[in-house]
Amino acid sequence: MNQSFEYSPAPESRAIVNLATSYGLFIDGKFAQGQDGAPFKTIDPATEEVLAEVWGAGPKDVNRAVTAARKAYNQTWRKTSGRERGKYLYRIARIIQERSRELAVLESLDNGKPIRESRDVDIPLVAAHFFYHAGWADKLDYVGLGSSPSAYGVAAQVIPWNFPLLMLAWKVAPALAAGNTVVLKPAETTPLSALWFAEICQQAELPNGVVNIITGDGATGAALVSHPDVDKVAFTGSTEVGRQIAISIAGTKKSLTLELGGKAANIVFDDAPIDQAVEGIVNGIFFNQGHVCCAGSRLLVQESIADAVIDSLKRRLSTLRLGDPLDKNTDIGAINSAPQLAKIVELAKSGELDGANKWQAPCQIPEKGYWFAPTVFTNVTQSHRIAREEIFGPVLSTLTFRTPSEAVEKANNTPFGLSAGIWTEKGSRILQIASQLKAGVIWANTFNRFDPASPFGGFKESGYGREGGRQGMLGYLRPRGK
Amino acid sequence: MNQVATLTQVTETPNALAEFLRGLPGVDAVGADQRAASLATRSIKTESKRRAIDLAISMIDLTTLEGADTKGKVKAMCAKARHPDPLNSEVPHVAAVCVYPDLVAIASKELVGSGVAVASVATAFPSGRADLQTKLSDTRFAVSQGATEIDMVIDRGAFLSGDYLKVYSEIVATKSACGDAHLKVILETGELATYDNVRRASWLAMIAGADFIKTSTGKVTPAATLPVTLIMLEAVRDFREQTGRMVGVKAAGGIRTAKDAIKYLVLVNETCGPDWLTPQYFRLGASILLNDLLQQRQKMITGHYSGPDYVTID
Repeated sequence: MNQSFEYSPAPESRAIVNLATSYGLFIDGKFAQGQDGAPFKTIDPATEEVLAEVWGAGPKDVNRAVTAARKAYNQTWRKTSGRERGKYLYRIARIIQERSRELAVLESLDNGKPIRESRDVDIPLVAAHFFYHAGWADKLDYVGLGSSPSAYGVAAQVIPWNFPLLMLAWKVAPALAAGNTVVLKPAETTPLSALWFAEICQQAELPNGVVNIITGDGATGAALVSHPDVDKVAFTGSTEVGRQIAISIAGTKKSLTLELGGKAANIVFDDAPIDQAVEGIVNGIFFNQGHVCCAGSRLLVQESIADAVIDSLKRRLSTLRLGDPLDKNTDIGAINSAPQLAKIVELAKSGELDGANKWQAPCQIPEKGYWFAPTVFTNVTQSHRIAREEIFGPVLSTLTFRTPSEAVEKANNTPFGLSAGIWTEKGSRILQIASQLKAGVIWANTFNRFDPASPFGGFKESGYGREGGRQGMLGYLRPRGK
Repeated sequence: MNQVATLTQVTETPNALAEFLRGLPGVDAVGADQRAASLATRSIKTESKRRAIDLAISMIDLTTLEGADTKGKVKAMCAKARHPDPLNSEVPHVAAVCVYPDLVAIASKELVGSGVAVASVATAFPSGRADLQTKLSDTRFAVSQGATEIDMVIDRGAFLSGDYLKVYSEIVATKSACGDAHLKVILETGELATYDNVRRASWLAMIAGADFIKTSTGKVTPAATLPVTLIMLEAVRDFREQTGRMVGVKAAGGIRTAKDAIKYLVLVNETCGPDWLTPQYFRLGASILLNDLLQQRQKMITGHYSGPDYVTID
């Protein structure tokens, strides 16, 4: 009397999000239409439905935003005590918690990520980042720069589309806690939650101009980071764009932190807790459709247990539920945009051409929207493109190793160095391997866990500077004598 | 199935058995808790909820294990087991009733022809602190009275002191005393303390011939938990992969609400798959759970909660 247990649709209501047909820019505490540039549309990647029209800020708009931030810095924010800044941050954190359901739905609509993740991971972490950094605002004497360290001034921040509001929180919270004012540009495909955040700043009665949000594409971002009155640039995104930014601001007074791409190794030893390792592999690469810079996209598994692990992994992946991001039971949502999908398709194709074996989880792909089934490549070698390039999608490349030193060598054999995972029940092995890995974040017997108190950032071409923790605060405070 | 032979070999010496059990992959407690918690967020609504409620009812071992149990109490429970909702004949009967050995005769008489099985705890339940002969005669008595399922307890003292072979031999002996009756082996996971131990005890019981592995007696806190049940489900899944034999899982104690019961069904579904989603391979040991399931069922039909007086107390 076997029964299959089908879950009925359990959609989160989208009625909680009131979308206007068009949005302006948030400059100097007010929403207003842009003065140059042109409007563009943001869509729901799960349905290709247009959600709203937003303004693509032109150079004049960028200049207005930076001017507003400069004025707010000089006239208000630099004179606001740490304790007062902390109060604003606490207030923002509480409003985010109060509006968390609305923000989660909005984030899933604009980004395509499952509501389970926006509700249980993204938004709680956003609030946590504001709470954590609120605590720093009046304790800057203890950050390690001597007494009363000084903010930079105006911070220009450009963030990606994979965790729109969370990346905003990683940027805005420490900047404000340190005493900077901010001009932030969200990604072109996910501008909405940043505009909601602008409204939250109004609700929190943050002084005008302290936070400015300008929407737009890469040209807007380039105009922002190259604006001469910007003191600090913080960017999260691709290594390619990060490199251009580094070149464009070379020789200026601007300070720069970059959080770029990754190709993390998730190393599974033969004494690993296998069931949990399989969960960790799934969470490492299929969390957020693999749109994670620190994703565990290279599985390095010890050859003696490789078959068993891959079999377990495939069985587990067959239970993943792909579909409507607003359904509370969805595990895998939509790919964020058509160009991103095209990139994933192209790289997956190259994997097949290079001779790796492709396996895809059986799942029904919806007719509309951008989707890619969870994919595992086996028989991958270091020389395949899928073992070297960041795919930024739900595609896992599996390699094997025989000895711990071979695992370390393979893990480090990449231009990136953002994160890595180690799976073993042997504590001494964790310490030994971790000390040899060239990666900014190393997880042991877990993966993709984040905490505002824990610094995050890369080695090598994964960028420089840290976000989160005491180290993250250093990115927004002027070193002594500069 | 070569592995069956290999698994029998590991019980030949105490050392071989200990090495085998300690050689099972470890359980990372943080990861297991996370996985169970994440499955608990599944949202089971409308039609799927309706079916889950009926499935859960059909998987219940309706239980009374009190010193104060009487014939009257057991008769009343048996009536409820046959027709959980007297006003609605569509409600399925429960899987079994579970009583102490001396009340088995009453229960089997009451349940003749009902399709409801009679389960009895045995082997000096709940502590298991008796000599083997007493445990076996306890078992034989229950079977002779008409029990078709025996819920035995393992010797946790022997297990924790590393005497795995003693635990194994007692299960083998009890299994043989059961005759045709199904054997459920209670691990009492609340006393085993670690998830590694839960996995080892699960394998030990399966190798010894258990038809079911069961979390708890209900007399020790914590009783059934989602992560413990997850680890046991992983064990039966892996055991089938190695030997081809399917072993059932019974989560018992502390499951009080329909919402909880549905979480367990999700766990079964996503760990072992639909093969285990039948009373033959998954049970919920409970008493008051049934009434919450009935109230939720009525609510789904009528659209409102009726209140505790609209379900029978026993």
